[in-house]
Amino acid sequence: MTDLASASEVNETGVNITINGVRVVAPKGELVIDAAERNGVYIPRFCYHPRMEPVGMCRQCLVEVDTGRGPGLQPSCMLTVSDDMTVDTESETTKRAQEGMLEFLLVNHPLDCPVCDKGGECPLQDQTLAFGPGESRFVEEKRHYEKPIPISDLVYLDRERCILCDRCTRFAKDIAGDPLIHFMHRGNETQVLTFPDDPFNSYFSGNTVQICPVGALTARPYRFRARPWDLAEVESTCTTCSVGCRVAVQSSRNELLRYEGVDIESVNHGWLCDKGRFGFESVNSDQRLAGPYLRDVNNSDQLVGTNAALEAAATAIGAGRGGGGVGVIGGARLNNESAYAWSKLARTVIGTDNIDAQLADGLSAQMVLSLPRATIADATSADNVVVIGTDLKEELPVLFLRLKGAAQSGRIKLTELSLLVTGLSKHASASHRYVPGELAHAVGELLASNPQLASGSTVVVIGRPSAADFPDEVEAAVGVLTAGLPLATFLPALRRGNVMGALDMGLSPGVLPGRVSLDEGRDWFGSVWSSLPGEVGLDTAGMLEAAAAGRLDTLVLLGADPLADVPDRDLVERAFAGVGSIVAIDNFVTESVKRANVVLASTAFAEVGGTTTNLEGRVSRLGQMITPPGTARADWMIAAELAWRLGGDLELESLAQIWSEIEAVAPSHAGCTLEVVEAEGAIEGVVVPIPKSPDLAGAPSGPASIRWSAPALAEPPSVDGYSLRLVARRKLYDAATNTQMAPSLANLAEQAQLMVHPGELRRLGVESGTRVNVTSSRTTVVLSLVGDAAMPRGLAVMGLRQPGLAASELIDLRAAITELRIESR
Amino acid sequence: MTDIGTPIDWAPGFIANTTPKIVSGRFEFEDSFTIERAMATGAYNGLKAALAKTPAAVHDEVRGATVLGRGGAGFPAGVKWGFMPPDKWPRYLVVNGDESEPGTYKDRLLMERDPHQLIEGCLIACYATGLSQCFLYVRGEMPLAHERIAVALNDAYEARLVGKNILGSNFSVDIVLHWGAGAYVVGEETALIESLEGNRGMPRLKPPFFPAAVGLYGQPTIVNNIETLANLPWILSNGAQAYAEIGSESSPGTRLVAVSGHVKRPGVYEIVNGLTTFRDLIYGDQYCKGIRDDNELKAFVPGGGSAPWFTPEQLDVPFEGREASAEGSMLGSGAVIVMDETTDIPTAALSLTKFYAHESCGKCVPCREGGTWLEKILTRVVKGQGSPRDLELLLEVGATICPGDFPHASSSRLGLEAQPFPYKMTTICFVGPSAFAPIHSALTLFPEEFEAKLTRRDTIPLMSMPVADATGTDESVGAVS
Ligand SMILES: Cc1cc2nc3c(=O)[nH]c(=O)nc-3n(C[C@H](O)[C@H](O)[C@H](O)COP(=O)(O)O)c2cc1C
Ligand code: SF4
Ligand code: SF4
Ligand code: SF4
Ligand code: FES
Repeated sequence: MTDLASASEVNETGVNITINGVRVVAPKGELVIDAAERNGVYIPRFCYHPRMEPVGMCRQCLVEVDTGRGPGLQPSCMLTVSDDMTVDTESETTKRAQEGMLEFLLVNHPLDCPVCDKGGECPLQDQTLAFGPGESRFVEEKRHYEKPIPISDLVYLDRERCILCDRCTRFAKDIAGDPLIHFMHRGNETQVLTFPDDPFNSYFSGNTVQICPVGALTARPYRFRARPWDLAEVESTCTTCSVGCRVAVQSSRNELLRYEGVDIESVNHGWLCDKGRFGFESVNSDQRLAGPYLRDVNNSDQLVGTNAALEAAATAIGAGRGGGGVGVIGGARLNNESAYAWSKLARTVIGTDNIDAQLADGLSAQMVLSLPRATIADATSADNVVVIGTDLKEELPVLFLRLKGAAQSGRIKLTELSLLVTGLSKHASASHRYVPGELAHAVGELLASNPQLASGSTVVVIGRPSAADFPDEVEAAVGVLTAGLPLATFLPALRRGNVMGALDMGLSPGVLPGRVSLDEGRDWFGSVWSSLPGEVGLDTAGMLEAAAAGRLDTLVLLGADPLADVPDRDLVERAFAGVGSIVAIDNFVTESVKRANVVLASTAFAEVGGTTTNLEGRVSRLGQMITPPGTARADWMIAAELAWRLGGDLELESLAQIWSEIEAVAPSHAGCTLEVVEAEGAIEGVVVPIPKSPDLAGAPSGPASIRWSAPALAEPPSVDGYSLRLVARRKLYDAATNTQMAPSLANLAEQAQLMVHPGELRRLGVESGTRVNVTSSRTTVVLSLVGDAAMPRGLAVMGLRQPGLAASELIDLRAAITELRIESR
Repeated sequence: MTDIGTPIDWAPGFIANTTPKIVSGRFEFEDSFTIERAMATGAYNGLKAALAKTPAAVHDEVRGATVLGRGGAGFPAGVKWGFMPPDKWPRYLVVNGDESEPGTYKDRLLMERDPHQLIEGCLIACYATGLSQCFLYVRGEMPLAHERIAVALNDAYEARLVGKNILGSNFSVDIVLHWGAGAYVVGEETALIESLEGNRGMPRLKPPFFPAAVGLYGQPTIVNNIETLANLPWILSNGAQAYAEIGSESSPGTRLVAVSGHVKRPGVYEIVNGLTTFRDLIYGDQYCKGIRDDNELKAFVPGGGSAPWFTPEQLDVPFEGREASAEGSMLGSGAVIVMDETTDIPTAALSLTKFYAHESCGKCVPCREGGTWLEKILTRVVKGQGSPRDLELLLEVGATICPGDFPHASSSRLGLEAQPFPYKMTTICFVGPSAFAPIHSALTLFPEEFEAKLTRRDTIPLMSMPVADATGTDESVGAVS
């Protein structure tokens, strides 16, 4: 009976086709090329790419197909299956066509495989071997072009090798939305080119190199660095931002050489952004911190052994513990296991709840952890998607790609509310602006004028619009959203690599591992952890203020650079001056690390395994590929060593053992065992919390999940007609250490400048590009003032952290908005 | 009453006085393109007749007349109009005035000499199919056509013949004139649509991009040739019945044929569809009056540069699609290119192949690479530097573009049976096969002319080889001869 039922089901959703004599069932709408591949028959191809619209250009995938009107050659990448279709990929006609196309592709191909980066992993080589003719009959002169030409700072193009498959151009236009490379000229002289003075400056350009089926596109960071067969590879997850793209990490002789995107359905579809892709250069940097050092009272550095440094760090922390207190800032760079170790170290051994993975530039941890979470899949299939605050293209690039794709295909209705025009604006059905300080009111108006948001499924993607504004306004806005859209789910647009893992592991005051509050988790953790702090500690802003007031003895910088990242430079300066001692654990000697008394070197990406968690709460594996430089160590080991020197014991021995402990104690991670995370097919990662199976529903559960309540709606700040409101936004390429330590990316960061509407220029009577005095409540700086019609009137926009000058100089963390006065000099 | 002026005998062509004049009726007036002349000679009467009926009735009239598409494929317009999904709006009419097929220049006359007839045809088509917007795409190298259509459109707008509430009815249509940028392939309907949208003129793939289903801006779109539409005013004025009475049953009406090459009087002639033969056209007194200098006819291209060639053996084939196919070619775009006995066949083939190789848009591999390769090999042969292997190679490279048997005419001289039209192809559109068609025809029908051009070098032993025989004596055999 069941057999019959399933057979008729197949008939409704699938069609019967015959491939090389074998009858198979294929879902309606499936392309013949995919149906064949799913059934073990590989049809050669060049232009077809499963993540892009087929174009049927290369004709390599022609196969003989009979749909009842006699066999004929058809491009299998353009043809969907239909009932009783017969496909023959091995017929004489098919074979001749395949050989013929390959012969044609090779007639003008330079065949410089010995000096081509693609050699050894080249679809043209491989398919010629498998499907091509044995020899060439072409004796004429081949086409010649200058080779290779740079088409951007990152990508080179060799037009002689190009087979004009339209993959790169299609990607640039359709997927990235940066139509900067095109086919030019025609017929036999067709070539891919950029327009003069308009280079292929796309945040996603590296993907074209990866999908080019020949060696026509090469990436500067990898050119001539290795042969594919010399590369060792491990799969991992990009932690450059919190999207968590799946990536293959490749190295040779203990040096990272290349990252390639891995196609997973739930996150990145194989794409990476260039910042993630080429970020490996910073891991290889010779500026990496390879061992510890101490700085004495004379400000001179002294290299010491690891033991001496750990001892010094423990002494500094111990002094704080016994006296005015210790604060730990940072942790979003760490993997989950290390984040847990530090959470446990702070709470049980140091005895403090002063710990915060965010640098006063994020969102309330309580809010983020308590909101019903959406996945990227939800956000690309919901009826309504509302993006609030951030420019995802600049902050979470591949999430931008996914939402853009969904909006373009009409799957979702995208509504945007932001201070400025963003990368997504032109893909949104509606894109609204608001004024700094009035987000919550703007959200209220948005809901009132768009009643359809309350019907159907709605996903809200929300981030911090501007580091110049008080974060409370985002919380108030979320309050309005949760009240107006009780069924909406949320995707918090927090940026730093593993910030979500850090929050899940309790790197936030008042939050314990597993999304429970310190108070509610007290009993549960009291039974597994040796002790817990008595009261809720300080967040980063609070710690800095305490330090500035002389109320904090020791600051631990856990891969954090507050001088550069906290949007209030003046406060950080005062905190560093007022604190007793600073212990820094980092990969590089950043501006803040330079001010530390004890510096310990830690591991970077691909130097340690474990797991990471993306913004969806997706836990996925990190791969270790190379060994760290010098005596750099994993952060969890440093935590364990410090605990021991401070007279405690974290009882943590290995990544695997830490994960088992996390699974056992963190309520949100229950059931997410190492076996689950490492299971076959877990390439997609595992979203926590894993829904409880019904038969476990009655089992005793841990403490209740964290709660959050929205702050009251504040009055919008009053407007001062003579000043402009500062918007401090993030750009993908900035002065961040990891970008600056990657030579290929360092120069892509724009210099700091202040952008205003051209009307403001006229008001001031200055030309665009003039250097002006810019005054905030904090200080006066000199910046060049640039007019840009895309900027709303009344606002002054600058990058939070561009080379030259950071906006944090101008910002007062405790002010609701930052007002600027601009005067010509 | 307006003075309708004196008819003139105006080159080129159209002199066939005994043929009914369906589309070239106004050609004889020097000012045929003006609105005054048009109105004085019955222009827009067809439109008035159409507006008096329901759109469905007009559609039926056109369907009943079996107006075969004159752009090349010969598909009945009335049937094509019916392919649009009934419930998808907006939908568009795109008029294909990109005429660039080698030898073809009949649409150009229709546009230059009688733009109002064309506009009227467009309006009738739009009314019949419920279209509210029409795009007239005119080849970039035809500035006179462009200018005259522009003037005619302005005049027609002013006379309330185009635009809102045409002739006081509630039928409204806008006609947009668009100028091409000079690419042969843009005559292909999907490439034309791409070009209209502002993209590179490259054909789309069918499926899924059948214009009637997914055309301009993704909407249902009818693409019709200039001449196809120019037939409509007459049909609406005189009725489908009168139309069907002219010509043969399968090919009613008349059609314009452009003749070029070695005839005494090249030009465009309106001939009777289905009945007039190539012999009538080439030798008839009211048409081309025979071969220049009374030379012998060697070969002719019956349907535009991409059609396989005919020889004098096919002179009695009439202008009827199925008969031409059975004989191994097609009627295509209504262009006949005549070659007399003085023609160097390989060179003639090369000049056509060169055109198609040059006009390849570069989208698909077999045309982009194969076309130029064919041109290179044939150039070598024509220059006298080819080898017998090159002749095989021409056919082998062609077989990758068009696998299987390629159509050709019969030849009693060579004992060849006709291979009927059409062919199979690995390309996206017909430009790639068109680069091969002239080579295939020339090589199949006139192999000796190619052989005569081959260099003999590879058949000559270049050195003498010493051969040791059983007696141990050395003897040189062979010598450079
Ligand atoms: C390479 C190529 C070139 C073509 N050029 C023209 C042209 O110049 N004019 C034209 O009307 N049709 C041309 N066609 C035919 C059109 O694709 C289309 O079939 C025609 O415009 C339909 O109109 P009809 O049905 O009225 O003939 C061409 C087709 C191909 C494949
Ligand atoms: S550069 Fe590469 S991806 Fe782009 S068209 Fe050429 S072969 Fe295809
Ligand atoms: S989007 Fe984020 S996770 Fe993905 S490659 Fe870029 S930096 Fe890495
Ligand atoms: S056959 Fe030639 S003209 Fe037609 S699509 Fe292919 S390359 Fe372009
Ligand atoms: S893969 Fe199908 S035509 Fe290129």
